Amino acid sequence: MPVDQSLVGRSFPPTAAYEVTEDRLRDFADAVGVAYDGRQAPPTYPIVLAFDAMNAFLEAEQIDLFRIVHGEQKFAYERPIVAGDVLTATLTVASLRQIAGNDIIGTASEVEDAAGELVCSTSATLVHRGPQQGPAA
Amino acid sequence: MTLETRVFTVTRADLVRYAAASGDHNPIHQDEDVARSVGLPGVIAHGMYTMALAARAVGEWFPGAEVVSLGCKFTNPVVVPAEGGVDVEVAGEAKEPVDGLTTVALTVTCGGQKVLGMPKAVIRAT
Repeated sequence: MPVDQSLVGRSFPPTAAYEVTEDRLRDFADAVGVAYDGRQAPPTYPIVLAFDAMNAFLEAEQIDLFRIVHGEQKFAYERPIVAGDVLTATLTVASLRQIAGNDIIGTASEVEDAAGELVCSTSATLVHRGPQQGPAA
Repeated sequence: MTLETRVFTVTRADLVRYAAASGDHNPIHQDEDVARSVGLPGVIAHGMYTMALAARAVGEWFPGAEVVSLGCKFTNPVVVPAEGGVDVEVAGEAKEPVDGLTTVALTVTCGGQKVLGMPKAVIRAT
C-alpha cells in the first residue's frame, strides 16, 4: 500500500493553536532529564508541534502510526521557544520514494507564533514500514 | 576540542514519561508485540528521546548556549529492555567557532554501535 505520489508538494492545514506553558515546558524538560531553567524550551521541544502536524497528516492519509519509524530529524531555530508562545505547525510533504517495500516520506514543518513569525523550521524523514519488513536498518 | 563523554541510562519508565510529555504515543515505544509485528527487535526508544539526550549533553557542555540548529539521522534503534535499562553514550567534538557559531559534532552510541547518523548541533558561543 504505497503512499500516494501526488502528495509531494502538498501542504496540510496548520495544527490547532498550542499554548506553551511553564508546566508543559517543565514536563518536557523533566522527561528528557534536564532542569527547566525558567527561560527557554529544550532544543527538541518543537517536535511536540511537528508531531501534532505529522499525526494530522497520517490520519488524513490513513497511515498507521505504528508503522512509522523516524528516519531523520532537523531543526533550525529562529529563536528559542518560551512560555506564553502560542504556536502552530504547518506540514508540507517534501519528497516521497519507495525503498525495499518502505515508503520514505520527507516532510517539512514550519512552526510559527501567533504573529505569524517563523520560530523553527523542522524537517523529518518518516519511514513507513511495509507489512513484511526485516529489522530496522 | 574533545568534550567529556556523557552516559545516560534509558529505561521503559523514561519512555512512558517521554511519551506523555511529547505526545508521541507510538506503541512501538511501549509494546513488545507491536514493535515485533513491524520487524523491530523489541521496544525501542523514541528517536527523539535519543536526540534529546544528545541535546542534553550539549547543554551540559555549553550551559545556557543558544542552539541554532540540531539534526541527525536515526540509523539504529535503541532497544530498551523490560527490566533495567540500556546505556546511551554521547561523545562530542567542538570545532573552532566561525562567525560566533560553534559546531559540535556528536557520536551517539548504544552497546558500542552508533545509533544516530551525523548528529550535529550548532550553537552560538556565549
